Amino acid sequence: MAQSVRKILFTPVVNENPITLQVLGICSALAVTSKVSTALTMCIALTLVVACSSMLISLIRHYIPTNIRIIIQMTIAASLVIVVDQFLRAFAYEVSRELSVFVSLIVTNCIVMGRAEAFAMKNPPWPSFLDGLGNGLGYSAILLIVGIIRELFGSGSLLGVTILPLIRDGGWYEPNGLLLLPPSAFFLIGLIIWGVRSWKTNQVEQPEFRIQQTHNPTEIIR
Amino acid sequence: MAEPNSAPVQHSARRTVGVALAVCLVCSLFVTSAAVTLRPIQIANQVKERQRVLVELAGLTALGLSIESAYRLFDVRMVELASGNFVDDQDTERFDITKAAKDEAQSTALTREEDIAQIQRKPKYLPVYLIHNEAGKLETLILPIYGHGLWSTLYGFIALEGDLRTVKGLRFYQHAETPGLGGEVDNPRWLTSWEGKVIFDEAWQPRIELIRGSVGSATPDSQHKVDGLSGATMTTRGVDNLLKFWFGENGFGPFLLRLREERS
Repeated sequence: MAQSVRKILFTPVVNENPITLQVLGICSALAVTSKVSTALTMCIALTLVVACSSMLISLIRHYIPTNIRIIIQMTIAASLVIVVDQFLRAFAYEVSRELSVFVSLIVTNCIVMGRAEAFAMKNPPWPSFLDGLGNGLGYSAILLIVGIIRELFGSGSLLGVTILPLIRDGGWYEPNGLLLLPPSAFFLIGLIIWGVRSWKTNQVEQPEFRIQQTHNPTEIIR
Repeated sequence: MAEPNSAPVQHSARRTVGVALAVCLVCSLFVTSAAVTLRPIQIANQVKERQRVLVELAGLTALGLSIESAYRLFDVRMVELASGNFVDDQDTERFDITKAAKDEAQSTALTREEDIAQIQRKPKYLPVYLIHNEAGKLETLILPIYGHGLWSTLYGFIALEGDLRTVKGLRFYQHAETPGLGGEVDNPRWLTSWEGKVIFDEAWQPRIELIRGSVGSATPDSQHKVDGLSGATMTTRGVDNLLKFWFGENGFGPFLLRLREERS
């Protein structure tokens, strides 16, 4: 049992990571990672939502009519997201203002629906909860790596604490402005995916098509 | 998808509707109870945020006071918009713009022509925030302003210098515009560009305008013009309209006129 718990919980962190293997949840990963504090809040919010929604959906999986299953999954996920958003507004007002719509957009995060449809509809509540938790952790791992790199080299601080004193504040570090913009997260996630797939070569996807050669170089010469 | 040993899921319409209703009922109970129990804490947060915005707009942060004690330096007065007079029988602390604008007794309906800020009803009374210097001269006047942007109503404050025409600062404390486009109304650089702009022309007519592109020193009447937000035409228009409304006859026009007359 302990073996399978560990398997369900930790496989999605590296081997089946929702961001690096399935390339899901990219939109929010670009939007909230300019600072570690917002990335961390988003990670906690998403992990909670995925874990709880998977568990709840799994609890009632035998009662969900297949023709409206997506709507029911979405209703449950949306309710959880609203509750999480309300909690953030009450207890983490500053962060919730910075996250603005991105917390509500967890509903449209493919990871939530993906886990509900792929795992929770077929498995009992406890493994579904662990699967949600594991996928949340996998998402969190990538978000935090990107968030740490962007905040450290983009603003010279971590969680708002100065690590590299900036030139404009009398220090020595010239911040990289690109890292504060969303496209930098694209580059970083791309590099992470490259890294992970070079290490775990079984994650490399087979090309779906080959580019047609229009000219045969030997023919031209002849 | 059904497991071999479990009962097959029936697909009758009645069952589908029943499950859908049950899920909706449970979910809505869950959401409402969370919203209702957390509401007092959220309101306290919003009040604190508003006080912080006011204190920052008035430049009181330099005094090194806490937000609450700096906020107490304000002389908060209720203004009757139609006459421009102060009224003292209204509670300013627990005043809620959205509630007042819905209350028949506390607000008046606007006609389509009047309603350029798209707020439908305007409150009869609004709180204003004044800072006087030691000699009793008005140093800062902060007015609440709001109006519709693209998705949402933008709520904010505008701070004027003692001359009642120069902008000291502008801030929005609540809105739900698109992040990165209309949401740039919170961009500190854009907000700083408002400082020193002149709301009224020589004849005391509201002249402030948001324009396409950027305002340089070569732009004619650059003191009356501010950059529009690129990619957010509707939000920019909303801000432009709400300023025209609140500085016009239906807004704080009569109140500002009274202050000017009293001063001269």
